[in-house]
Order: sequence, then C-alpha cells, then structure tokens
Amino acid sequence: MQRMSGLIRAASVAACLALAAGTASAQEPKSIKIGYAISKTGPNAGGANITQIPNYQMWVKEVNDKGGLMLKSIGKRVPIEVIEYDDRSNSEEAVRAVERLVTQDKVDLLFPPWGTGLNLAVGPVFNKYGYPQLAFSAVTDRAPELAKRWPNSFWFLGTSQMYVGALADLLAKQQKVGKINANVAMISIADGFGIDLSKAAREALPKAGMKLVYDKSYPIGTQDLSPLIAEAQRSGADTFVAFSYPPDTVALTDQAKVASFSPKVMFLGVGVGFPLYPGKFGANTEGVMSLGGLSKDNAGTAEYRKKHNAMHGRDPDYWGSQVGYASLQMLQQAVERVGKIDRPAIIKELQTGTFDTVLGKIKLEGNMPKDAFWVLGQWQNGFYTGVAPQRPGVAELIVPKPAWKP
Amino acid sequence: MILLEATLAGLVLGGMYALVALGLNLQYGVARIMNLAYGEGVIVAAFAAWWLYTAGGINPIFGLALILPAAFAVNWLIYRLALTPLVRRAKLREQLEVDSILATFGLLFVVQGLMLVAFGGAYYSYGFLSVPVVIADVTIAANRLLALGFALVLGLALYLALTRTRIGTAVRAVAVDPVAAGLVAIDVRQVAAASFALGGALVAAGGVLVSMFLTFNANIGVVFTMKALIVVIMGGVGNLLGCLVAGLILGLTETFVATWVDPGLTLAATYAIFLAILLVRPQGLFGRAAR
Repeated sequence: MQRMSGLIRAASVAACLALAAGTASAQEPKSIKIGYAISKTGPNAGGANITQIPNYQMWVKEVNDKGGLMLKSIGKRVPIEVIEYDDRSNSEEAVRAVERLVTQDKVDLLFPPWGTGLNLAVGPVFNKYGYPQLAFSAVTDRAPELAKRWPNSFWFLGTSQMYVGALADLLAKQQKVGKINANVAMISIADGFGIDLSKAAREALPKAGMKLVYDKSYPIGTQDLSPLIAEAQRSGADTFVAFSYPPDTVALTDQAKVASFSPKVMFLGVGVGFPLYPGKFGANTEGVMSLGGLSKDNAGTAEYRKKHNAMHGRDPDYWGSQVGYASLQMLQQAVERVGKIDRPAIIKELQTGTFDTVLGKIKLEGNMPKDAFWVLGQWQNGFYTGVAPQRPGVAELIVPKPAWKP
Repeated sequence: MILLEATLAGLVLGGMYALVALGLNLQYGVARIMNLAYGEGVIVAAFAAWWLYTAGGINPIFGLALILPAAFAVNWLIYRLALTPLVRRAKLREQLEVDSILATFGLLFVVQGLMLVAFGGAYYSYGFLSVPVVIADVTIAANRLLALGFALVLGLALYLALTRTRIGTAVRAVAVDPVAAGLVAIDVRQVAAASFALGGALVAAGGVLVSMFLTFNANIGVVFTMKALIVVIMGGVGNLLGCLVAGLILGLTETFVATWVDPGLTLAATYAIFLAILLVRPQGLFGRAAR
C-alpha cells in the first residue's frame, strides 16, 4: 500500500510537471529537441563516424550559431538541443533508442541512424509516430516501394539499380569503342550493400552486353583477399568490380598493387571516397572508380568540404557526406517554411518543395532526389570527379586506368 | 603454380593468425587468465604504431622497440592491480577462469572506450612495406611475409625457451600445477605475472605487425579475440608449437577454400576444421589430455 501511494504521488507530480511543461512550450519553446540513435561503437561506427556524425555536429553548430531554427509561428529563432544515443550497431538497440527518443525524451525531430540495415529497422518506428526520416546512408532496391508505404521516409542515396545501371552504361560504352573487353570480374561482400549491388549487377551487366566471368562473394572480416585478386587476374577480365566495405577496399587496392594487377577499369566499393584512401595511396588512386563524386564547378560542395575540414580537421567522404548535409539543409528549410514543428506539414514540404543545398537545387520525386548528385566518380589528377549520371559538369571516364606506381 | 601461390598465401595468412594468438596462449595457458580484452590489446598496439609512424615518422619495426616494453609494463600492472586479487581469492582453476572472463570483459569496454575517446570510431590505415616480394614466381606483400617471419621466430624461440631453459621449466610447472610449483620454491605469482605481461607484449607485437597491412578502428578488437581463441584452443592450450601449427592450418584452409571452392565459404570451412579437430582431439592438436 505504501508503495502504491508513493507511485500515485510520483505519477501526479509527473503529471503536474508535464502539464507545466506543456503550457510553457505551447507559448514559447525554449529549444527544439532533435534526437538520434547512431552507431558510436560496433562494426558500423567506422562509417557513421565519417559520413554521419560530423554532419550532425556541423549542422547543429551552424544553426545554433545563428540563434537556432527560425519559427515564423512565434517570430523568433529557437536553438536546437541534441539528444544522442549509441545504438551499438545493433538494430534492436536502434529501434529501442528511437522509441525512447519519441516517447520519453519527446523530441521534436529525429535524425536517421547509419546504414541500410538500421534505417530499414527503425523505419516502422519513424512511420508509426509520423517523424520525417531522411535516410542518407541507405541504398536499397525497395526504396520506391518503401517511400510509398512510409510516405514520411526519404531515400536520398536511391536504389542499387541506379548505381549499377550507371556503371553498366559506362562499361558498355567503353566496350563498344573497343577500349575494354566484355569480361567483368566481380567480387562482393556478403552483407546488405554487397548482396544488393551484386544482385543488381548480375542483371544489369549482361543486359548491357558485358559478361561476368568471375563472380564471388566473401564474408565480412576476411583478412586476406589475395586469392580473390589472383582469380580475378587469371579470369582475363579487363574490368574489376568490387562491392566492398572500407577495410576491404583498402586491402584490395594494396593487394592489387602488390600483385601488379592493374585492370583497365577498377571499380571499388565504400572507402574510395574516405579521406584515408588518397592519404594512403596518393598518386596510385588515379583511375580508380567508386560511388559518389564531385564536380569542379560546384562552389557549394567545395565550400561545404572546406567548412567540414575546418571543424573536424578532416575531409568528408565523397558520396554520402555531401548528400547528407544537403538533406539536413532541406530539413531546415522545410521547418522554417512551415514555421512551426508541425511534422505532417514538414513532410509535405519535403515531398513537394524545391530546396537550395550544397549540391545545388533539389526537388524530390517519389521521396528520392533525381540526378541531384554524382552517382559514380573516378580519381582524376587527384580530384574525385563525377563521371555519371550525364549532367552538367560530367567528366569523361579515363580508360585504361594507369599502371600502379611503385 | 596456382597450388604454390595458394599455399604461400595461406602460410602468410596463417602466420598472422598464429602471431596474433601467441600472446593469448601465454596468458591463458600459463597465467590462467582468459583475457577477453585480448583483441583490444592488438588494436591499442596498432594505434600506437600508426601514431608513431604518422606523427613521429618512426617506422613500425623500430616502433616495436618502444611498444613492446611499454606493453609488457602495462600488462604487468594490469595483472598486479586488477587480476592478482582474483587469483588470490580463486580456490579452483575453474573459478579463476570465470572471474577473469568477467573482469577482462569489463576491461574490454574500458580500453575500447578510451580508444574511442582518443581516436573516434573512424578507420585508420597507413602503408608500410607494401611492396611485392617474389618467391618462386609468386608475389607476396613484404609486410605480410614479415608478419609470418615474426610468428615463426617468436613461436619457435618461445617454444625453445619454455622447453630448454630453467625459467621456461618453471613457467611450465606453473601452467601444469600452480600448487605443486609453489611447493618446489617457484614464485608462482611472479611467474604468472611475468607470463601474462610477456603475453601482452606478444599481443602488441601482433598488433604492430598487423597494422602494416590491415585497416583498423577502435571497434574491431573482438575479431582478433575470436580468431586467437580458435587458434589457441585448436592448437592446445599452453602449447606454442600447437598455436603455430593451428594458425597455419587455418590460414591454408581459408586460402584453399577461397581459391578452389568459394570465398564465401571460408568462415564455414574454418569452423568445420575447428570442430573436426576438437572431435578427434578434444584437448587440441598438441594439448595434453585433461586429467
């Protein structure tokens, strides 16, 4: 009985507090709470630390330096307060953390977690509570279908067909002019990213007239990739494609160099755009292709990279980072146009509005940007240049990739 | 030709596995500490090598001369401060094993947390000795070959030291029966502490050598703990020669499967071999049967 009355007392105190907080915030919110669960530890931490966390920190700091987000409804800027949880690269943990952010911390907006798997995992929670989910580190073939099922979800990096289709087009063009043979050696990591992209490639490459002569997957954490490089070398393919994760991307480059395996076209997965890649390989990056890219004439991205470097002391990656920052800018503009934390209206604005971002003007189609950023890039003269899709500023693909320098 | 290439690649990979497992063998086999923070030791040493190389321009081989004594000292302190109380209160070997698993599990998070604070979660990598060496028409990376060399030298040297010297005999006596060892005037605590610290120094050697060719971050320590555990148990707890052989078997298996069967099955093959060996010899390849 004692405990019971204690409980009631606690509950009534909580209710009073909630009421007080409720009336206060109805008049004038002291802050806009933004919450996110992100992989600060575990296998995803490496990616999250490059592509996502620095963007969050930078955007929040920039907005708060200006005084916060401008809310027209109360006619003043409201600073952002951040609540951050570590999901430990675990999807159940991420779902729990997002639930907690919504129900206990009562955040106004949510940022997405890192990676395809976790974004899919928390999708239903974002949808249940009606929070916009601007996923910018997820590539999934189900993106169009998901955007229909969860209209609050936005898939900035698009589908795997988008990347593989662009690659197949580029390869077919080179093959037609006789610069490469039709043979492709492909390896992929046995995890979400590698499975999705290699599956798409198995369809798209033959359709474009290319032939897969070597096609194998390898488990996460493989510590020696030299047998795969040796097999690819023996296959006689002019094109080597690897849908790999950062540690493997580095190891593959290292091993290809050691084995003097210099295919005419060398396409590697996540990591080629990480700052450590040019840092480690220098001039030997020349001709290596991967996802993402930059164009020399885009002042917006150049300035973004400069600011990022000034704040974090290192460069962002060339793919998800800039797209992610653009998505945050879009969220900011959507909130300020709506003028209050009205999530359905913010989602509507994101779906239909046109936004000014570091990538240029973006208008979403079916909750995904179309031709808004470089899908594929290639290291050319120490600059990671966009080579697809065909949009203004596109660079010609350099084939063959020059031989490795010692 | 392909056979030779796969064999050499397998030996080199196996050498790395053995190298990384040698330290655990000492810590678990002699000091009786099942060190779950083992992989973190590998990564700390990798970061130290990276830092010395990028900030100080000190090449990792010379870096070993700094890192190994430091690792010895740190591990000795860890044993003295954190693990000796466990050793003291443990009445049975099984109890010490359970206690040390729990204690080092905690240590794992402390070390990982410190690394995250110092270096963040990003990937690190540097290039050292990433040059081709041609052996009988097969090209191998020099840094990986070096790791194999270190594994062989360290493994054999330790094996000889343990079997042929007086101190080595004392260490083995402690491994076999700590109580009886005490009765014949061996300072069991000192020997165990020294073994644990020496194990820690070996871990660091593994970390430094591995950092020359693997990309690492603060979170991947557990990968090495797992691999080392398999190697140690497969080779026979406390037996350094077994550790070397088991590492090489794993390396060869992985490379052969990747070359002739499917790279996707390397992990499955590793565990299949592990299982097969344990079914035939539950005490490990070179282990003594438990009484």
